[in-house]
Amino acid sequence: MFDFSSFLDLPLLWAGIIALAIFLYVLLDGFDLGVGILFPFAPSDDCRNRMMSSIAPFWDGNETWLVLGGGGLFAAFPLAYAILMPAFYIPIILMLLGLIFRGIAFEFRFKAKGKMQKVWDYSFHFGSLSASLFQGIILGSFVEGITVEGRSFGGGSFDWLSAFSMMTGIALVFGYALLGSTWTIMKTENKTQEWARQSAKYILIYVALFMGLVSLWVPFLKDQIFERWFALSNLMYLFPIPLITALSFICLYRALYKKREILPFILSMSLFSLGYVGLAISLWPWIVPYQISFYQAAADSKSLSLMIIGVVAFLPIVLGYTVYSYYIFRGKSTYQHEY
Amino acid sequence: MEFDPIFLSRIQFAFTISFHIIFPSLTIGLASWLVVVEGLWLKTRDDTYQDIYKLWVKIFAVAFGMGVVSGVVMSYQFGTNWSVFSDRTGNVLGPLLAFEVLTAFFLEASFLGIMIFGWGRVTESMHFVSTLIVALGTVISAFWILAANSWMQTPTGYEISATHIFHPADWVDIIFNPSFPYRFMHMVTAAYLTTAFFVGGVGSWYLLKKRFIPQARIMVGMAMLMAIFVTPLQIFLGDLHGLNTLKHQPLKVSAMEGIWETERGSSLILFGWPDSYREETLYSIKIPSLASLILTHDVQGKVQGLKEWPKDQRPPVLQVFWSFRIMVGIGLLMLLTGLMSIWLYFKGGLFSKPWFQRWCLVMTPSGFIAILAGWFVTEIGRQPYIVYGLMRTSEAVSPVLGQHIFLSLIAFIVVYAFVFGAGVYYIFKLIDKGPTASLNKEEVYGFPGLNLET
Repeated sequence: MFDFSSFLDLPLLWAGIIALAIFLYVLLDGFDLGVGILFPFAPSDDCRNRMMSSIAPFWDGNETWLVLGGGGLFAAFPLAYAILMPAFYIPIILMLLGLIFRGIAFEFRFKAKGKMQKVWDYSFHFGSLSASLFQGIILGSFVEGITVEGRSFGGGSFDWLSAFSMMTGIALVFGYALLGSTWTIMKTENKTQEWARQSAKYILIYVALFMGLVSLWVPFLKDQIFERWFALSNLMYLFPIPLITALSFICLYRALYKKREILPFILSMSLFSLGYVGLAISLWPWIVPYQISFYQAAADSKSLSLMIIGVVAFLPIVLGYTVYSYYIFRGKSTYQHEY
Repeated sequence: MEFDPIFLSRIQFAFTISFHIIFPSLTIGLASWLVVVEGLWLKTRDDTYQDIYKLWVKIFAVAFGMGVVSGVVMSYQFGTNWSVFSDRTGNVLGPLLAFEVLTAFFLEASFLGIMIFGWGRVTESMHFVSTLIVALGTVISAFWILAANSWMQTPTGYEISATHIFHPADWVDIIFNPSFPYRFMHMVTAAYLTTAFFVGGVGSWYLLKKRFIPQARIMVGMAMLMAIFVTPLQIFLGDLHGLNTLKHQPLKVSAMEGIWETERGSSLILFGWPDSYREETLYSIKIPSLASLILTHDVQGKVQGLKEWPKDQRPPVLQVFWSFRIMVGIGLLMLLTGLMSIWLYFKGGLFSKPWFQRWCLVMTPSGFIAILAGWFVTEIGRQPYIVYGLMRTSEAVSPVLGQHIFLSLIAFIVVYAFVFGAGVYYIFKLIDKGPTASLNKEEVYGFPGLNLET
């Protein structure tokens, strides 16, 4: 049996892989959930058709990163998976139900007419909205910490419900809406694009407020987070993060006013990346916050070794054809594609 | 009312996985069939094949979409409802599921987009390759998930630590555990047959209504070829799988056969009512010595009865016994359909006999029922263990309140009923509209937002 643990830090590598999978999920499904959040506010059915067309070939692949995140957590950190899933039982079930309503709407919306089409419009919207909200709530309560007893979740069924987690839930909805609106700017033209640009400007203000709020709140949740950010030795290395974030906001604002088409989406993604890095720094090295580090939760090194082979062999291919698929469906989402 | 988390989690898992398996069963078969249809179109340039492809790729998309959304739920339920199981078996089963995601799910998801929306954006051969890749992905996915399931049935290649955690000892033994090759072959073949009877049923309905005759003849003809050649193969594979089960899980076979007493020359019980309290099968109709003959290939072979094992190790017998009969019964009806089609073919009435078309219409959902029944046999037959002989289902459950599982179960039932109802409705609508797309070659196809006429 092969085992790479003698020369590779497998738990660290796997923490990185899972973090990457979740990050790609947040970015990729983020923009199509965002389109769903904005969906009913679009000015016309024609706009809605274009918006949906722009994400239809991608949503399935995007959602697969969530399966990799969940499946990867089960495989690489089974203990963390076994503690976190029951801890978030209710919000996870609600998120999954939201994703069901979102996913089926793609197939059904264009097979329906009249009133039924409206039903699927709302199924798409509320599905996207609730999936986003509960993802944000899960994230918030994850950051707040988990009660553990032995190798199991030891807290109450509603531990996830708090002012902070509600706030992060709403924050993520706005975050995804920003990704969705800037994606729409990039993939559409004329009226739809103009509306998306207008929406992005408003949403950006909320995103800035929420990012500020989270940044101020998180350090006060736990002393160790406060120390990590504000200890003098770290401050030197860490202060560029808020600085670049602020810069990104300014650039995004300008890009929207200058009617740039692709740049706003790229800058929105960079805002997400910075927020994600910020959280990763705050939470390091916990995989079940403040109880179990990713080293403690790691699977057998033989299991991690086998999967490393899988990742090295397949992840580049996966990324390759994901890029290929985005390349095939590049350009503006038009109303008509010829057979 | 008592909210037992173990019972409710079992019902919830059974419900969500039963709902889920219906869609992969269809998409595994449809994807491979669509490869054949598209290949025939590229080779012959006969537009009839293109019509068939365009109809069925839409149905494929709906079924695939429902498979995806119900499948994401599955990947989280191991943790939400079976966290102790996840903790203990994660080292062994986790990598198999991770490989499924890496080698199959992404492949399917990315190329499905091209398969459905890529007409005109990629070359014809690239489109064909996309269909091929999606089909390959469905089979790879089945490979990994059945390896994981089979390991839970016949675990090998593991070590157990003092803290009851499973550790891998040999990956080849884990993946190619004793029941895996049989279960994999049996399931993939079942998916192909299920699709064949579904497609054949739809084709027969068109023939009956005298619509889309050229396309319907191809659908029915290809379905009957599958019924003729693949049904006997499936019965043979099923027999091998049964013998494998007898070797590794004899208790399950005793439950399937409703045999309580260990004896030589054991009778085959055709029908009856296994009663777990009285420990006998009531009202049984038997054929002497046949059980011994089938199971041991010897008229005087010794067959073990359920009483050989303590009561607390036996699975629920009634469900296993009857599910097995439903599966086998449908298999025999499929065989009969194949034989009828041979007879009609040589009589020259394969596409013109309304009674046969009605029969095929009745057989449309047969494969789905057989697959569900087969899974009931193997999964209920594994009880009371979650990892056979090593870990009990009752040990595996999450520390979640029964009331919450009850509510989530109700939510799943309501939502799935709605989703399933809508899915079936739109599939029926697509079928009713039929392969009309190529009547107008310029018609916009597939890209959501455009084919509002569909």
